Amino acid sequence: MHLALNWYLSLSAILFVIGVLGVLLRRNAIVIFLSIELMLNAANLALVAFSQTFGDVNGQILVFFVMSVAAAEAAVGLAIIIALFRNRETVNVSEINLFRG
Amino acid sequence: METSVLLIIVLPLALAAFNGLMGLFVPAYRKNEWIIGGLGTAAVAIPFVLAVKLFLGFHGEPEVVTYFTWMAAGDLQIEFAYRIDQLSLVMTLIVTGVGALIHLYSIGYMHGDAGYWRFFAFMNLFIFAMLNLVLAENLLVLFLGWEGVGLCSYLLIGFWYTDLKNSAAANKAFIVNRIGDFAFLLALFVIFAVVTEKIDGSFGFDFTTLLAPETLNLFGAGTLLGVVLLFFVGATGKSAQIPLFVWLPDAMAGPTPVSALIHAATMVTSGLYLLARLSPMVLMAPAAMTVIAVVGALTAIMAATIAITQHDIKRVLAYSTVSQLGYMFLAVGVGAYFVAIFHVMTHAFFKACLFLGSGSVIHAMHHVEHELEHKGVLGSNGEPNDDPLKRVELPYEGDFDAQDMRTMGGLRKYMPWTAGTFLVATLAIAGIPPLAGFFSKDEILFKAFELGYNGEMWAYFVWIVGVVTAVLTAIYMTRAYLLTFEGNPRWPDAMDTKPHESPWTMTAPLVVLAALAVVGGFVGLPAVLGGSKIHHFLVHDGRGPVAEPLHELHVSPSIEWGLLFLGLAIASGGVLFAWFVIRWGARGPEADASVKRFFGPLYGTFSRKYSVDQFYQKVIVNPVVNGARLVFAPFDENAVDGAVNGVAKMVQGMALRLRGIQTGVVQHYALAFVLGVAVVLALMLFA
Repeated sequence: MHLALNWYLSLSAILFVIGVLGVLLRRNAIVIFLSIELMLNAANLALVAFSQTFGDVNGQILVFFVMSVAAAEAAVGLAIIIALFRNRETVNVSEINLFRG
Repeated sequence: METSVLLIIVLPLALAAFNGLMGLFVPAYRKNEWIIGGLGTAAVAIPFVLAVKLFLGFHGEPEVVTYFTWMAAGDLQIEFAYRIDQLSLVMTLIVTGVGALIHLYSIGYMHGDAGYWRFFAFMNLFIFAMLNLVLAENLLVLFLGWEGVGLCSYLLIGFWYTDLKNSAAANKAFIVNRIGDFAFLLALFVIFAVVTEKIDGSFGFDFTTLLAPETLNLFGAGTLLGVVLLFFVGATGKSAQIPLFVWLPDAMAGPTPVSALIHAATMVTSGLYLLARLSPMVLMAPAAMTVIAVVGALTAIMAATIAITQHDIKRVLAYSTVSQLGYMFLAVGVGAYFVAIFHVMTHAFFKACLFLGSGSVIHAMHHVEHELEHKGVLGSNGEPNDDPLKRVELPYEGDFDAQDMRTMGGLRKYMPWTAGTFLVATLAIAGIPPLAGFFSKDEILFKAFELGYNGEMWAYFVWIVGVVTAVLTAIYMTRAYLLTFEGNPRWPDAMDTKPHESPWTMTAPLVVLAALAVVGGFVGLPAVLGGSKIHHFLVHDGRGPVAEPLHELHVSPSIEWGLLFLGLAIASGGVLFAWFVIRWGARGPEADASVKRFFGPLYGTFSRKYSVDQFYQKVIVNPVVNGARLVFAPFDENAVDGAVNGVAKMVQGMALRLRGIQTGVVQHYALAFVLGVAVVLALMLFA
């Protein structure tokens, strides 16, 4: 069965907006982190959908790159969050404002 | 020829650099006084020998030695060139000859000074600059020397710079000279503008071109008058004439050999040299010559009247120098350029001798001061001891001063060589025949009289002023000799505290200079006694470097004889008057009272030095300082500093307000990203 490209892209946009709102509104660093992953996957979904529709495999290959970079980023990000927690005993980003001018 | 000139110029520079650099970087070297002094003296003595060789081999035709092109820009083409002719040879002989003697003297005089190496480095540098001045072939090289001697004069007046008084004197000399130098520069600009406008090709201020009649005729009468007057203002700065003479008496703050070499024998005569060198030009501006003669005459009598009231031996000599320089300008003003140079020469002999003699006296009086301090009669700074048992009275307020003649007297017994040479030089400057001063001074007065005889009535006025000054000169110089060397000793505890004669390195130059002061005048005998050799040498029947005016009427030999006897009468009259009528020797400083009675209220004016310093302070220095304080300081604080601080304050205020957006909360930054992306997207989609 073939759904129209619009459906995929709409789902992708919805997921992306959920991710953005999560980053902007949630206070827990881990949840923010998850929201970032959500945005990445929304982008992945759009890539795969275009790839299938236009019969071009490049988009799917790019998705693999994105996924591997996301994995690396997850490792680094989690390490930062753990280090932060050890120092500040919190993962609430509104309490972490060392860069305040 | 080229090598000798090069050696004459470069040797003093090289050894100045050597002594200076070694002294600066090798502290152990500073203790080798004999090496430093020996090298320093050799750096002047060898050029003297070379100059004598050049002089003996000179054939009457000027020679120009060019080494390299100094600068070339458009019409300006300056060669580094030196000129060997009669005038530059005479001046070189004076500079190196007297200079070598004074360097030799300094070996003994500066003994034990911490700045020994510095002293000889500066002195050699001075000789280098002075030789550039007198040997230069163009006005720019001359100006290099002109500025160089000014610098060395500054360095040496402020030689003992830890005393603020000395640095102030050095600053004064430098700043006052600056005014003259500025006029000199203006004259150069005017010459350049006139000459390059009227002739094609490059111009390098060289004397050969500049003083050729074709070039001189390019100038309008008014321009030429202006140029000559500007050069004269330059000369008044260097040669201490009214209105710029005030620096020279203060310049005595330097070591005495400096006073002898720079502020009596050589540097201060550079203004005269300049005018003599430019004599064909000066001769074409008769109005300027009148100004020069009158200024010279007024300076001569003014300084002479001040000298008669001074107590500091070096100050008497300083004012005497100003006065004698006035004589030389008088000579220039009446067109007797060669006599000016002749008097420069004789003056260099006897005034250097007098200064070095006073240095020898000061040396001895310092010894007395140390001995008195050692005995506890004086405190460690020369102040009279407060202890009533050891209390001594000095004849003046304040501390013991080794230069004050009121505490001297009777030194002839202890320092026969110094006293003898000082007496010879005193009689020479007073104008007692057949000593040098008689012939040169008499020739100046004769030339002034001759000009008056030819119808210039103002020349009689300067002649009369010159005659009166001659009487005063004889009186004040005899006074200085008598107060210092005759009568009874007047320093405290004089029975047991004995000064002693200076070492041979100091007395030998004194003897040589005194001998020169005796025989130096014979090169310039008046016409009735056989004619002047130096006149023949310098003027060379109109082909020499020194021009002279043509007079229609010649003074008859009988009048010339009369003037000679008048000169003899006023000189010996002055000396005898001071010696036997006022009796400074027997009466000491009390004799000054007679002079005071004679001059009445004028005496105060003399001893206050005509209040010229106070006048300048009031009319020039204070307005400048107050103007700066009232106008420029507020401007600087408010406008200049205000602008700088205002910019900083503005940035700070903006930053204070802007720092609020840096919350440190990551999500606010992320929001900014999102909004930014949204704006970019909106622009891409809808714009």
